[in-house]
Amino acid sequence: MAQVSLRKLVKRFDDTEAVRGIDLDIADKEFVVLVGPSGCGKTTTLRMIAGLEEISAGEIAVDGEVVNDVPPKDRDMAMVFQNYALYPHMTVYENMSFGLRLKRYPKDEIARRVQEAARILDITELLDRKPRQLSGGQRQRVAMGRAIVRNPKVFLFDEPLSNLDAKLRVQMRIEIKRVHQKVRTTTVYVTHDQVEAMTLADRVVVMNRGRIEQIGTPNDLYHAPKTRFVAGFIGSPAMNFLPCRLEDAAGALRVRLSDDIVLPVPPSHAGRYRSHAGRPGLTFGLRPEHLTDGKPNGAPQPATIDAAIEVTEPLGMETLVFFRVNGIDVCARVSPDAGAREGVRMRLAASLDHMHLIDDASGCVL
Amino acid sequence: MTAAAITNAATPARKRGYGSMSRDRRWALRWSYFFLTVFAIFFLMPPVYMLITSLKTSAEISAATNPWWVYHPTLGNYVELLTSRQYLTFFRNSALVSVFVVAITMLISVPAAFALSRMRFWGSTMLATGIFLTYLIPETLLFIPLFKMFALVNEYTGIQLINRWWVLLLLYPTLTVPFCTWIMIGYFASIPKELDEAALMDAANYRQILTRVFIPVALPGLIAATIFAFTVSWAQFLYPLAFTTSADQLVLPVGIVTTLIKGDVFNWGQIMTGALLGAAPPLIIYAFLMDYYIAGLTAGATKG
Repeated sequence: MAQVSLRKLVKRFDDTEAVRGIDLDIADKEFVVLVGPSGCGKTTTLRMIAGLEEISAGEIAVDGEVVNDVPPKDRDMAMVFQNYALYPHMTVYENMSFGLRLKRYPKDEIARRVQEAARILDITELLDRKPRQLSGGQRQRVAMGRAIVRNPKVFLFDEPLSNLDAKLRVQMRIEIKRVHQKVRTTTVYVTHDQVEAMTLADRVVVMNRGRIEQIGTPNDLYHAPKTRFVAGFIGSPAMNFLPCRLEDAAGALRVRLSDDIVLPVPPSHAGRYRSHAGRPGLTFGLRPEHLTDGKPNGAPQPATIDAAIEVTEPLGMETLVFFRVNGIDVCARVSPDAGAREGVRMRLAASLDHMHLIDDASGCVL
Repeated sequence: MTAAAITNAATPARKRGYGSMSRDRRWALRWSYFFLTVFAIFFLMPPVYMLITSLKTSAEISAATNPWWVYHPTLGNYVELLTSRQYLTFFRNSALVSVFVVAITMLISVPAAFALSRMRFWGSTMLATGIFLTYLIPETLLFIPLFKMFALVNEYTGIQLINRWWVLLLLYPTLTVPFCTWIMIGYFASIPKELDEAALMDAANYRQILTRVFIPVALPGLIAATIFAFTVSWAQFLYPLAFTTSADQLVLPVGIVTTLIKGDVFNWGQIMTGALLGAAPPLIIYAFLMDYYIAGLTAGATKG
């Protein structure tokens, strides 16, 4: 049980700066996910928290105590690695109890803790096996068990599900969430998978190029991204981005996407956007789920786009359709019985209440 | 559709491919058996010749009858050697030297390899290369300077290092430590970094990582290095020849040559018997640890 805070954390490798000044406060019992594309510095940050990587500048504090120079063994954190990193010559029981045995815990205490963790993770019957006799999912459980038995201050997860197949990943995701609900240890979890981040996190930290782009709850990030990067990174399929112009036509604000596509800006946004009317360098962002064939509750739908469908991806419960605006691919989600086919023209309704306007120069959402 | 196309294309091709594959394989097998037989005959000839000779009496050997046949087999040579105090002394010296050298080598090279492969410190890569380079210097270049050094030590401190069997414990590691360190570096390098990081997170210190994780995981490599060190010290000839002289200090290879050849009289029967018996310990060790040895060599080879 601990809170972790990072202050102006920097990591330099020779001539490159992997992490460029990160500030982050992780509350006690919180599940924080660091997410970002590969090379964004998320794993490096995690490893600095663990003490496996030296800190170039800034500081890390656990419960208010700076731990920059504390070796990993004294930080009382447990880490789950991407490739499990189980000791191949030890049984599951020995793997899980290794840390406790090093600390010379009494035998019955060790046995009690291992049994308890094994029960939580449902691996009781595997305790006598060696890692090579286990499947990927089982190994991952053991790796988590090794972390749980230590009852550490902080759990650190380094892309723990990347080596599992898609189905198992979903299953283990739920498992991790369940474990966290049971043991409620402060957790820092690194992943490049935004779905994992959204589903697991109390708060998500989106990182890009060594900096934090945005910190927020999954809903915050989805509905109110602060930058174009976050807007494009969170959500699948990704948000559509189109260069646009804001036009002020006699008091009615409109967004022009192409010569023949002009959409009215809803009153909820108009006030905020009015000052940007007429200026260049703006991008319009709208998620595919807000561009549908829908007839939303009979409400009048003033914003529509006539689209010549080029590609369709039927997913069963919905169909993704792709069309082009000024040569840029745009994705929309329509209902499977909307009759979307390649080569067909469809009238798509855009719910502009969910639109975003991005300043190209700063990359910030306006 | 793509999948179907692939299966269609692959099925007939695989049939043809399979046929030619098995034909290729058959030929490869034939050739490899042919060459293996040739090599086996070539390399087994000397030991077989030794065995035959060791079963002959001196009279039969000097009678120059068919060298590949024993007309009056006898175990006299074996009995004589195994009851000779001198031969048993050689054997004991060899065994002591080899066992200690293996122990010393492992005690030095395993921690050294661990440090060089895992703790990055200033000059560690250069040091690793340097260690390997020392292995490339043959002992034929080293024994004279070493001899001079020992003479100097004796001159200044009065400690006599020449003609003492235990001095070989200082000398052999110069041959075994570099190579064993190198093997172990390669082997340790094949252990994923996450494993020591996991141990670090489990609050292990470096000594515990080495003894509780690295050594058990790298056991095949360790055994390979052990066998190598044993073989080198058991078969070493030049250093004991140069540094030990009196009969009670000699090790087996030198002992056989110096005591069983008297002037120009070669006691061939006993020489062959002695050599054959001397070759037994490494042979037995190989036989038991062969699988580990091969596993160790290949693991070291691909990652080293």
